[in-house]
Amino acid sequence: MTIMMPASDRMVLERREAIVADLRAIVPGEGVISSAAEMLPYESDALTAYRQPPMVVVLPETTEQVSRVLKYCFDNGIKVVPRGSGTSLSGGALPLEDAVLLGLGKFKRIREIDFDNRVVVTEPGVTNLAISQAVAHAGFYYAPDPSSQIACSIGGNIAENSGGVHCLKYGMTTNNVLGCELVLMSGEVLRIGGKTPENAGYDLMGIITGSEGLLGVVTEVTVRILRKPETARALMVGFAQVEAAGECVARIIGAGIIPGGMEMMDKPAIHAAEAFVHAGYPLDVEALLIIELDGSSIEVDELIKRVEAIALGCGSTTCRISGSEAERDLFWAGRKAAFPAVGRISPDYLCMDGTIPRGALPRALTRIREFSEKYGLGVANVFHAGDGNLHPLILYDANKPGEMEKAEAFGAEILRCCVELGGVLTGEHGVGIEKRDLMPHMFSEVDLDQQQRLKCAFDPQGLLNPGKVFPTLHRCAELGRVHVHGGKLAFPDLPRF
Amino acid sequence: MTVLRIRDAADVEAAVRAAIAGEQPLEIIGHGSKRPIGHAMATNAVLDVSALNAVTSYEPSELIITVQAGAALDEVLSLLDSSNQQFAFEPMDTAALLDAFSGRGTIGGMIGAGLAGPRRIKAGGARDHLLGVHAVSGFGDSFKAGGRVVKNVTGYDLCKLLAGSWGTLAVMTEVTLKVMPKAETERTLVLRGLDDVAANRAMTAALGSPYDVSGAAHVPGTALGAAQGALSGLTTAGKAITLLRLEGIAASVAHRASALAADLASFGTAELVEEAQSAALWRDIRDVIPFAAGGAFGAYPVWRIVCPPARGGAFGQAMARETGGEVIYDWGGGLVWAALPPSADAHAAPLRRRLAAIGGHATLLRADEGTRRAVDVFHPQAKGVAALSERVRQSFDPKSILNRGRLARTPIS
Repeated sequence: MTIMMPASDRMVLERREAIVADLRAIVPGEGVISSAAEMLPYESDALTAYRQPPMVVVLPETTEQVSRVLKYCFDNGIKVVPRGSGTSLSGGALPLEDAVLLGLGKFKRIREIDFDNRVVVTEPGVTNLAISQAVAHAGFYYAPDPSSQIACSIGGNIAENSGGVHCLKYGMTTNNVLGCELVLMSGEVLRIGGKTPENAGYDLMGIITGSEGLLGVVTEVTVRILRKPETARALMVGFAQVEAAGECVARIIGAGIIPGGMEMMDKPAIHAAEAFVHAGYPLDVEALLIIELDGSSIEVDELIKRVEAIALGCGSTTCRISGSEAERDLFWAGRKAAFPAVGRISPDYLCMDGTIPRGALPRALTRIREFSEKYGLGVANVFHAGDGNLHPLILYDANKPGEMEKAEAFGAEILRCCVELGGVLTGEHGVGIEKRDLMPHMFSEVDLDQQQRLKCAFDPQGLLNPGKVFPTLHRCAELGRVHVHGGKLAFPDLPRF
Repeated sequence: MTVLRIRDAADVEAAVRAAIAGEQPLEIIGHGSKRPIGHAMATNAVLDVSALNAVTSYEPSELIITVQAGAALDEVLSLLDSSNQQFAFEPMDTAALLDAFSGRGTIGGMIGAGLAGPRRIKAGGARDHLLGVHAVSGFGDSFKAGGRVVKNVTGYDLCKLLAGSWGTLAVMTEVTLKVMPKAETERTLVLRGLDDVAANRAMTAALGSPYDVSGAAHVPGTALGAAQGALSGLTTAGKAITLLRLEGIAASVAHRASALAADLASFGTAELVEEAQSAALWRDIRDVIPFAAGGAFGAYPVWRIVCPPARGGAFGQAMARETGGEVIYDWGGGLVWAALPPSADAHAAPLRRRLAAIGGHATLLRADEGTRRAVDVFHPQAKGVAALSERVRQSFDPKSILNRGRLARTPIS
């Protein structure tokens, strides 16, 4: 492990047996797991390079149990790491040796479907896809669609502010969540928002979304559902140069067209995907765009014509338009399977997740190629091109000594490059432990202090998911001090109240 | 009243630091267009940021604009319009409602107030379009949050908190906002004569259809009668109107309009209003023109009520009957504007009691100072949420230097 986690609390570890017994009194039966063998599946999330057995796993079934577990930990100074389905790619649910791993997997029930108000009220352990499936019979769906949607939980989506292919047009999790039931580290249960389109007071729902499990534990969620568009069709467009594909993306947006999704793959990614799913991708192009347009059939037909013309104007060498749902699915099949496809051509890969301004795409690709040569590691590129979100997949072999370290250094260079190009460290996978130590490349100490002060408002003892997101932990008392700047003040005439 | 006119972002930091040293709270203003909203502030010094008015960068193909917080909203909207773009959340112009100022205020005020218009049901609010911010906290520190790209989960999303915080957390100096292309054309379906509950059902059906409705409003006949401007052109015999907006490319709008009209046939025959006339209608809905300060209900306090959309009709109808007031519906019933006859508490107690039953919140957006002293202008929150919100506020401004007392009836001492 190459990342430092907070020092373990010896006192807590020495009391482990008593703590397990106390937790069993709160969550009876199989809800407390303490044997090493049974805790094995909880050692890591989808960032599998990092593993750590937790002190104990607790799987509560009710809000009251969550509240009592947190209060117990709060009173006894015990750290807690929340976990949904464990699909985080940034190590957000990596356990700590001295922490309770609080799994929300038993919160599996959809509580209410309200078509009139266009919302679903659900428990956090329900998967993203299950929400869409539950409302599909009436023609509705839940818009954010992360690639892991078959497995990832809606609670985890809130923690990470998950995106997906369609967030260019329909927004990320934060734009599609209206309310939640939140349990603070103290055990206090709060209701934030609800079925109203907008919340009162400070936008607490907005700050909880994407907080990576550091502010509270969500035990119920209210999400917005949308009526499915009448139809959707996709274009698959190939280019001889990556720059031309980048230009095509910019011109489509510039023409006022916001596609439902707009994805780009580079040559290595195209080849890996084609070999895996045989989607009919052209193998002689340097870049492939998959552009989906949705809406009324008249609108989609018209926009397809416009996009096709733009693509031709940018020098596209191939262009196929889906003529059926089956064909549209086939276009997407390769893109959606890109990660496992790359997994077949390389023993291991690291999936990166920076965002850059759309216009910087060609420059970013050139830099990534240079890094690839510098580190002697291959890379396949998959992008949410419409919103500049890059997913370079760095190919390496963990069994070769030093290669994982090289891959991580390569990845860090890509992310620093994203920031240099005017972008950010992570577009949808979260900071977690993976990008934690890169935060100072994007934020100053003052910026990070302000974020940590907010953490203090929710969790003053810093017990909830410590070691994630922030490279340096400060005590709340220290952060809360206001420095009175003496000496010559710029506004000496300010009256005293 | 001392007015501190800052020249640049560094001045803002210096002014807040001086205010901390002197224990002197500041009222933060841009153009002052929304000054009559909220409680009277416990301060006798104003920090005027209107000189921070530059457009830092505008990149139409990136769909973003970065502007200083004091920039005039009107000017920024004209600039966006030159590239056929807009803020998709349709920020409200409060001038007519408040009669406080003949302008639309600044970008900072637009975000601080977070008052979104009819398209909120489709495009979200100010919170959904604020991508990044530079600001000075009540610690006197300049900090940034977010970034200049749409897809970003790096660190806590502090932008969400600043949107709608009414200047109580930090003084914004520069913001980056998402912009969207304007639709090529728009068309509005008009249904006549529905009562509030039936109209609510029609709007619910429209918003649950696949026709991508981007505005759903209802104006009862008695409120319509008082309207000047575009809405008054639709008045016939005191009948209510229900408006449903479709935007996009012409062929698609035409197709969806006829399909939607057919779906809603049981609610009556829909008339069509096109293009500029349609746009004018939605501007009036956005700005609540029937309750304009210069109009028939100008003396009435005005509430902005947000509730579950399908419950709005019954709620509004009951409130209007109980108080003898008037209501207008937007967001398919999720936003209810209520102009209620003047009373000591502007009918806050019955209104909030009814709201508690359906889940929602009400802000007294327009009222004289005396009434605002007697009422919680912003909706009182449950104890735990209120306590957490106060801790959140203190994490930005522990000395309560910024807009002290604006959100809470009892100023914090």
